[in-house]
Amino acid sequence: MAKENSQRLAVAKTVKMFIGGAFPRTESGRVYKVNNRKGQLIANACRASRKDLREAVVAARGRAGAWQGISAYLRSQILYRMAEILEERRDTFIDARRALGDTPRSATRSVDRAIDDIVYYAGWCDKLTQVFGSVNPVASPHYNFSSLEPMGVVAALVGHGQGLKGLIDVVVPALAGGNTVVVLADEADPLTAILFAEVAHASDVPPGALNVLTGQVADVAPSMASHKDINALVHTLTDAAQAAECARLSAINIKRVIARDPARKGQMPSAYRVLDTVETKTTWHPIGV
Amino acid sequence: MAKPTGEPLPFGAGDALAYAPAPESTEHVQLDERYGLFIDGAFKTPRSRRFFDTVNPATEQTLARVARANAADVNDAVNAARRAYERHWSPLKPAERGKYLYRIARVLQERAREFAVIESMDGGKPIRESRDVDVPLAAAHFFYYAGWADKLPYAFPGASPQPLGVAGQIIPWNFPLLMAAWKIAPALACGNTVVLKPAETTPLTALKLAELCRDIDLPPGVVNIVTGAGATGQALVAHSDVDKLAFTGSTAVGRDIQSALAGRRTRYTLELGGKAANIIFEDAAIDQAVEGIVNAIFFNQGHVCCAGSRLLVQESIAKDVLRKLKRRMQSLIVGDPLDKNTDIGAINSKAQLERIKAYLELGRADDLASFQTETSLPATGYWCAPTVFTGVAQSHRLAREEIFGPVLAVQTFRTPDEAVSLANNTPYGLSSGVWTDKGAKVFQISAQLRSGVVWANTFNKFDPTSPFGGYKESGVGREGGLHGLSAYLDVQDAAGRGRA
Repeated sequence: MAKENSQRLAVAKTVKMFIGGAFPRTESGRVYKVNNRKGQLIANACRASRKDLREAVVAARGRAGAWQGISAYLRSQILYRMAEILEERRDTFIDARRALGDTPRSATRSVDRAIDDIVYYAGWCDKLTQVFGSVNPVASPHYNFSSLEPMGVVAALVGHGQGLKGLIDVVVPALAGGNTVVVLADEADPLTAILFAEVAHASDVPPGALNVLTGQVADVAPSMASHKDINALVHTLTDAAQAAECARLSAINIKRVIARDPARKGQMPSAYRVLDTVETKTTWHPIGV
Repeated sequence: MAKPTGEPLPFGAGDALAYAPAPESTEHVQLDERYGLFIDGAFKTPRSRRFFDTVNPATEQTLARVARANAADVNDAVNAARRAYERHWSPLKPAERGKYLYRIARVLQERAREFAVIESMDGGKPIRESRDVDVPLAAAHFFYYAGWADKLPYAFPGASPQPLGVAGQIIPWNFPLLMAAWKIAPALACGNTVVLKPAETTPLTALKLAELCRDIDLPPGVVNIVTGAGATGQALVAHSDVDKLAFTGSTAVGRDIQSALAGRRTRYTLELGGKAANIIFEDAAIDQAVEGIVNAIFFNQGHVCCAGSRLLVQESIAKDVLRKLKRRMQSLIVGDPLDKNTDIGAINSKAQLERIKAYLELGRADDLASFQTETSLPATGYWCAPTVFTGVAQSHRLAREEIFGPVLAVQTFRTPDEAVSLANNTPYGLSSGVWTDKGAKVFQISAQLRSGVVWANTFNKFDPTSPFGGYKESGVGREGGLHGLSAYLDVQDAAGRGRA
């Protein structure tokens, strides 16, 4: 955070959300206080409402084609570009983590890991269908193949205290799979999430392909789960009651629910995270006349 | 037998050339008067002490009495499956597991004719379909997945897939044996044990399959079959010791199941309803397309979740296509499912016939133009003549809701973009059809359609190697092929990036 010195008063940044490629305040006009781990106030963050969510979904649905429709190679380059910009802003991210209360070592480690994870997932964009798609040897005279396509609009919830790592884990695999994403940032750490949105904004990610809301799980999660134009919900909620409620409400439109347990071992980035957010499409065509 | 009237038939056929009856014999079919529940390798009297009739929908005659499993029966079956999983099935070498599945496939092939006849008797589908599609595909499914049992690591690069445990499986009445194969074969190949609940109106081939499992010495409890209606299925869904639930059926029930499983560790895959668009472009081979339209909607009386129930035809050729379609429809033979010439058999149940009739009424109430073939339907049994509604708009319920009968809704379009937009304008996303002779167009349109299966210049084709399943509200997950394996395995523990 900006520090004061004797010469001048530092300019503090207002924390806004990221919807449709712009940085609006919440329509609710409500904010909540973000404290560091010592309980000191570090910012007022937007408390997203159901209407903010709806607008983010409209943006995500409207731009789904712009993200899905580009070549996998280009999508891969744009994600790699995100890693490049994040690397450039590494110190800013580390400062943000430290302002929250991270030790220098842990702040550095989490930011470096985020950069490397984005590079990892960027590389999957143009390999996923190659490795996990198939040509199927059907017994009749047909050419039959299965390719992977994005589910569409993926909503994501980052569980409490999971910060940058939680954000990367739910957002980046979904983007690599070609989905557009609406994410509710870790309630305890909206600042890093908005820095991440600024990275996306500077990286040729089409406006609306990634939308970042800040606020409270209790305000937004039920609306996400029951929204009929969201295809999948991926979350790392640790509150069992909240997770169960999301799963129950998601049945309204047979929403895919991907619950990731942040405590589970072996949480390395993996192609299977990307596979969680894609559909298999199988196409048949006769061979002959 | 059909008595074609109206416009002249192709090939100059008429009453004079009507087909003589060619019924398949039922002599070799042996059905018990009463079937218990297949639990732990043997047929058992249900704790419920209750039985219900399973009826031949073509004759309304009772074929057998079948046990109605209650929650205590389901509990017995799940416990048997759990014991079998722990004692027999998971310690078994994967290659040996596969050999049991090969045995099932082989004996199913040997007894194909018997299974086909029972399938047609219990479900009403034409013997031509049960003989040429359902039973051979069911056997092929077991054969295909048998070979996967000892090769699973090859299917999941970087991961070490593990079985889930006990799978609860609930299947519909439209492809009774085939759906049982779709469920049981991959589950067993992946090392799970199963409790399967067949549909209330079509339990017989699943019970015959149970006999077959016993005959080939499959270890007791690996496959358990519990018959019953919705309450039996609910008991299976509610059972806390089921690790995985696989359901095929309506979206409404799928939604209830997804909701019921919220907050539990039970995994699920759902294969639900559909309202597939079958798109005919003006550059299609029209006669082939007309055959495709007929196959898309009238296959299995339209009791097909992926049926091409919405015909989207380009305006410039609509008149021609409809004229040819009506003429072709008039030659469809509706009647005795066991007659080898029958194209369209009996509607599966009285309840389903009522549902279809309600939709026909709806079309008439909406003043939609309709065409129904003129055919004399048998006096007993449940029948519905093939029906087409034209001039349907997106707002009509006939264009939006799954009818699950031989009823086609026709809409027209002008541009490819409009066709895609109409096709995708539905909460469903199971299948679609595209007809055009332009290869580039096939790829462009099929990529834009939001459905799990796209049939280009063909329709309603199935194969064990070909993954099947829906986008959006048509379901979760895939069945069939390599992709169908992940429904029965834990593959989340991926090796991932080797950074350590």
